[in-house]
Order: sequence, then C-alpha cells, then structure tokens
Amino acid sequence: MIFFELFWTFFKIGAFTIGGGYAMLPLIESEVTRKGWMTMEEVVNFVAVSESTPGPFAVNVSTYIGAETGGVFGAVCATTGVILPSFIIILVIAHFLKAFRENKYVQGFLGGLKPVVVSLIASAVISVGSSVFFPDGFSLSTFAGGAFLVSFFIFLAALVAAFKKMHPILIILAAAALGIGAGYMGLLG
Amino acid sequence: MKKTAGKATAGKTAADKAQSGRTHNCLILFLTFLKIGAFTFGGGYAMIPLIEHEIVNRRHYASEDDVLEIVAIAESTPGPIAINAATFIGYRVAGIAGSFAATFGVVLPSFFIILIISFFLRSFESVRIVKYAFAGVRAAVLALIIRALATMYKTCPKSLFSYILMAAAFLAVAFLGANVLLVILFSGAAGVFWTVFSAKKGGKIT
Repeated sequence: MIFFELFWTFFKIGAFTIGGGYAMLPLIESEVTRKGWMTMEEVVNFVAVSESTPGPFAVNVSTYIGAETGGVFGAVCATTGVILPSFIIILVIAHFLKAFRENKYVQGFLGGLKPVVVSLIASAVISVGSSVFFPDGFSLSTFAGGAFLVSFFIFLAALVAAFKKMHPILIILAAAALGIGAGYMGLLG
Repeated sequence: MKKTAGKATAGKTAADKAQSGRTHNCLILFLTFLKIGAFTFGGGYAMIPLIEHEIVNRRHYASEDDVLEIVAIAESTPGPIAINAATFIGYRVAGIAGSFAATFGVVLPSFFIILIISFFLRSFESVRIVKYAFAGVRAAVLALIIRALATMYKTCPKSLFSYILMAAAFLAVAFLGANVLLVILFSGAAGVFWTVFSAKKGGKIT
C-alpha cells in the first residue's frame, strides 16, 4: 500500500538524518530514486527549491514526494513519517537529559557518526556532480559540449560565492539567471 | 458535606486554571514555531537567531545557555535541527502537548508551501525558461553541497580513527553501493567500540 510505503520510507529517512540535509542525499538517492519516485536530476532541482523555501530539506522532500505519489494524504503520511523518529528521540532525551549527555556509549555512538556525515556529503558530491556534468552518462565528447562548459563556469562562480559566504538563495537566483541567459544564447544545446 | 463540595470545586478551579495555562502555553508555542517555521530558510542553523529572539528575549521560555544546549542536542541527534529544537523546547515549556504543538507549528508552513509547489513543479520543469534556469541552478547546488562538506569536515574530530572511518564509509557509499543505513549503524557501533577500547587504554575519547 502506497501510503504505508511512503510513511515507512520516510520514517527510515527521518531516523537516519544526521548532520543536516545534504548528508541524507545518498539515502534519498537509494530509497527514492530506486523506487522511481524521483530521478536524480529532479532531486537536485528539488534541493534548490528546498533551499529557496522555508523548512528543513528532509521535511520538504518528504512532503513533495508524498504529494506527487499519493496526493494530500500521501504528503501527510510521508511528512509524519519523517518527523516521528526525531520527535520520539527528542522526547526520550528531554526526559533523561543528563543520563543521555553523560553516557559514554551514547557519546561513542554519536562520535562515530561525525566522520560518516563527511563521507555521506562527499558521496553526494560525487552523485550530484555526475548528474550535473554528465546527465547522459560519462563520455569524452561531453567535455566539448556547451552545456558542460556553462555548468562548469556556473559551478566555479557559485563555489567562490559560497565560500565567500554569499546567501544560498542569492547564489541560486544568480545561477538561474545565468542558466536562462546561456539557454537563450543557445549554449545549452 | 457542603465543605467537601466546596473543596472539590476549589480544587477543580485550580486544576482548570493550570489546564487553561497549559492550553495557553501550547497555543503560544504553536504560533511562535509557526512563525519560526515560516522564516527558516536554508537549514536549521538559520533559525537559531530567530529562536533566540522569540523564545529567549520575547517569551522567556529558555535562557541563552539553554538554546546553546538545545542546539548541541539537536545537532548530535538524528533528525532535522528545526524539528529537534521545536520538540525539545515544546517539551520543556508544556510537556508532551507542548512538544506536539511546537513541532506541528514548525512544520506547517513548509508543508503547505511545498504542497502548493507540488501541484505545478513537474509541469513547470518542462517549460523552456524553467529548464534553463534549473540547468544553471543544479551547478550551483553542487557548489553549495561542497561548501557544506567543508563545514562538516571542520567540525569533525581529526584523529586516525576518524579518518579511517571517513574513508571506509565514503568508499562503501560512493563506490560500492553499500546500504546507507547499515553504514551509519556500523559507524556508530565503531564509535562505541573505539570509546570502550580507548577508555581501557586510558586514552582520550575522540
């Protein structure tokens, strides 16, 4: 049943959302693109939509996929699923705060998660990067294409802007303007 | 008999007062987090100043130090920071009902915004100008993710154990197609093992 599947899939995603939204991209990729709910390109587009609208990425993506696959009730199921694990975990922690903070096993477990957040975001860089630069699969002729060069230029400019701490929404808007400009100049093919 | 009845009524009004106070708190929690949810762009960290303003300065529900502690907890537990912080503050102020009110409030704005977007995004994506815009935006998203990678790397402990775990998890997820959930669980378990192991050797926990 689709509603339960939505709930359960996003319950798992919610339970394993660590280190902010981007660390969960590999998880979204394996759970959502393999089920055919969204393509990788749509996921990357949605990252930009989510950055430009309020709310955490995990919640936004669950609402969106829920609505796309199961209408309004689907959105409710998926969003409830993604929220429930953190809701329960925080209630338990709020109740046993001191014991939790001082427990060496809990601290060890959380300590082990820190390096993995880095690994997961690095994996997201690989998969998002290949979806951005090689949407039709890797081939040498891609490098000579206008679309590749445009993407690469926008990527470099955005990278500099991001490290100069420019606001993400401004970066996204500027990139959209550059994309539109390049498209109408016929550079995107 | 009259006396007991009077006592009962008095007891009831006190309980009613407490009850209505709690309902009032829940309503304020809901509205406060509705506001926070509507204005939190770009991830949980952006909401910290807003939480400070609304929860600490305006409502006096928590102190400056509480907020720091809440952020530390929200960071180190699974789940989006916004949800974690709302649940935690809601619970502190008004128990389970409060945590429910705050969490519901923080989610509601983005839920409705995304629901509306979902009605037209897919058909929108095939419009030429939108297609061009997204082609540019996808390249920028990659840059934003690399920026997040640099930030997370900075906060990560720098030890041999940490580097080995990082490399192993990266290889497993990016190139070997390993199950992400298992990789996360395994890394947590490795963290526990390492803590116990280094404690036995009298070393410092990473």
